[in-house]
Amino acid sequence: MSSASWLQFAVLIGLLLVTAPLLGRYMAKVYGDDGKVPGDRVFLPVERLIYRLCRVSPHTEQRWTVYAFAVLGFSLFSFLLLYAMQRMQQWLPLNPTDMPAVTDHIAFNAAVSFMTNTNWQSYSGELTMSHLTQMTGLTVQNFVSASVGMCVMAALIRGLARRRASTLGNFWVDLTRTVVRIMLPLSFLVAIVLVSQGVIQNFNGHTAVTTVEGATQLIPGGPAASQIAIKQLGTNGGGFFNMNSAHPFENSSPFNNLVENWAILIIPSALAFTFGRMVGDKRQGRAVFAIMAIIWAVMSLAAMGLEGNGNPQLDDIGATQAVTAEQSGGNMEGKEVRFGSAASGLWAASTTGTSNGSVNSMHDSFTPLGGMIPMLHMKLGEVSPGGTGVGLNGMLIMIILSVFIAGLMVGRTPEYLGKKIEAPEMKLVVLYILAMPLVVLGFTAASVLMDSAVASQNNPGAHGFSEILYAFTSGGNNNGSAFAGITASTWWYDTTIGLAMLIGRFFLIIPVLAIAGSLARKQPAPATVGTFPTHTPLFASLVLGVVAIVAGLTFFPALALGPIVEYLSL
Amino acid sequence: MRRQLLPALIMVLVFTVVTGGIYPLVVTGVSQVLFHDKANGSLVERDGQVVGSRLIGQPFTEPGYFHPRPSSAGDGYDGSQSLGSNLGPTNDKLLHGQQDDPSTPDVDESFEGIEQRVAAYRAENGLPAGTPVPVDAVTGSASGLDPHISVANARLQAPRVAAARGLPVERVQRLIDEHTDGRDLGFLGEPGVNVLELNLALDRL
Repeated sequence: MSSASWLQFAVLIGLLLVTAPLLGRYMAKVYGDDGKVPGDRVFLPVERLIYRLCRVSPHTEQRWTVYAFAVLGFSLFSFLLLYAMQRMQQWLPLNPTDMPAVTDHIAFNAAVSFMTNTNWQSYSGELTMSHLTQMTGLTVQNFVSASVGMCVMAALIRGLARRRASTLGNFWVDLTRTVVRIMLPLSFLVAIVLVSQGVIQNFNGHTAVTTVEGATQLIPGGPAASQIAIKQLGTNGGGFFNMNSAHPFENSSPFNNLVENWAILIIPSALAFTFGRMVGDKRQGRAVFAIMAIIWAVMSLAAMGLEGNGNPQLDDIGATQAVTAEQSGGNMEGKEVRFGSAASGLWAASTTGTSNGSVNSMHDSFTPLGGMIPMLHMKLGEVSPGGTGVGLNGMLIMIILSVFIAGLMVGRTPEYLGKKIEAPEMKLVVLYILAMPLVVLGFTAASVLMDSAVASQNNPGAHGFSEILYAFTSGGNNNGSAFAGITASTWWYDTTIGLAMLIGRFFLIIPVLAIAGSLARKQPAPATVGTFPTHTPLFASLVLGVVAIVAGLTFFPALALGPIVEYLSL
Repeated sequence: MRRQLLPALIMVLVFTVVTGGIYPLVVTGVSQVLFHDKANGSLVERDGQVVGSRLIGQPFTEPGYFHPRPSSAGDGYDGSQSLGSNLGPTNDKLLHGQQDDPSTPDVDESFEGIEQRVAAYRAENGLPAGTPVPVDAVTGSASGLDPHISVANARLQAPRVAAARGLPVERVQRLIDEHTDGRDLGFLGEPGVNVLELNLALDRL
């Protein structure tokens, strides 16, 4: 890797190390039970107005069951509205390119996809969605689906922090505060920075221009920057255009690329520090951040290096992939010149360690092992640093599992932050951990048995299998990125990936809330000399091992059939 | 429990107004005032006529112009349908190309592989057999709309462009330097030559 590549990597980490603790501290106040929060003067009146409109009494606390029911109800109405909007867009305003109604199975898939924070896109944005659907349908879900994940996280942290409590907070208050105090201000700032770099923000349709050589070219328009800001900050990932953040109008320059890459990582990274503050032990938050950062760094460097090395088969047919002062080199199929292989690899790891899934290069055209990195990164459960809120949830589940395993080793009742981890919690942890692999491997196996599903592949052999495996990995983990050659806009894939997304969302959220409810009721045991500390490098290593072993045992056979076989065939 | 349903419905509608209406409109308003040209697509004009966007690549085939990278967007650089090839690294179609299938007259399956593109690039630019060709010249970008080519790629095309225009090669090489977008802040991304701006500058000579 060139020195510039290392510097890009180092600067991104540096930016996160400076900004994440600051934002983490602010968010701890937003979710905290007491005291004033900076900005109350501006935000409180807005919030009170929303509570009044929605008939919510902000001081009522909810048990975990009520909280979960509120999450489900909100998600259901989100889905219904988004589905209806797509099916009726031809009659609605702001449709300058005359888009017809979205096909039923695509509309189902897209509505589930955006409601679950996945943002898998089986359609092409500029060929399918009207500006109205993009703006008042998709953008809205970008905001609220990301915020729902953070609400659930806040409930889980309260479950760990509270003692002998029966309630976890109020979902409507958490949701409103997340959108109003975190998502909107950050998105506004990022959107303006993106426009200053050339990301478009207008209400034009296509502008037809006569090119220099006299051909006609259509230049697209639309309110892109406002959607892209929240797409990255909320780890959503759904592009305004088909080619997502590789499109020059979505990601115009290397500096713009750095801002978007930072935006992908900042909230989930900061939430680790929020966690430390809310449980009253900042060391715990730093340990969680360190575990997340180590996994992310390893995956990033691997993807950057593997893509920078290029595709050995191209050397044999006369193309030079050498990295020189005058060319970025590396595997450039499906990559943009302005980003090169380093910024593309860095992004690929960042977008799959979170539940983001936006792409600035085509993962389908990555080298075999380079393409395995994003797939593997999702299969780790997206905990490095994970989606907004749901990433920290996943990490805390992995930590509880690690505590349990450590407890078994020494023959002591496991406990985390003083709360005893017992059979009811462990059953829920196992449910959480099994749900994702079950849908990923189950639907992949079903698809390869069906000729019509196999026909959707864009590439033959092992790589074609990787396309299918990637699709369900992406759906089951609510990621949204793709080996995009696969034709996913079929009845089969729209339906099954839609189901994978629903299970990957709610079979994880509901157990988390149940664990939170169960932990909240417990009285914490005082720490003694026999207590296993959970902020040490030793414990962090144990968690890293557990994450690797759980994913490895589950997915190694499937990966062996796809990217590993393809690599060996080179 | 049922008492949660009404807030659920109203809150979806309230946030549709706030984040789907007010927010994008405010961003649009501020952007149109502060960064009018960029918000509208960084359009490039020649003699008062819009000829494209500096961010969206466009097709060039004449020998007197620099040529962009291969593109999978529509018939090539179709701004209304961005697309990459999504061909895998071991796919024969990508490496060695594919013939049209005569049994399907309606669909053109032919695809120029990297091997054919290398040969065409050498022939077009008068390069001897065996000359290594810069990888970006024979691979498609992710968006299919990449506005840049690598500096190495532009250097190899310069003699052809100069000959077609009757210009000294050094003049064209200097123009390449002037239209190279360097790494942002010196280390971000990779340097590239903006093809549209370079070609417009050639026409202005």
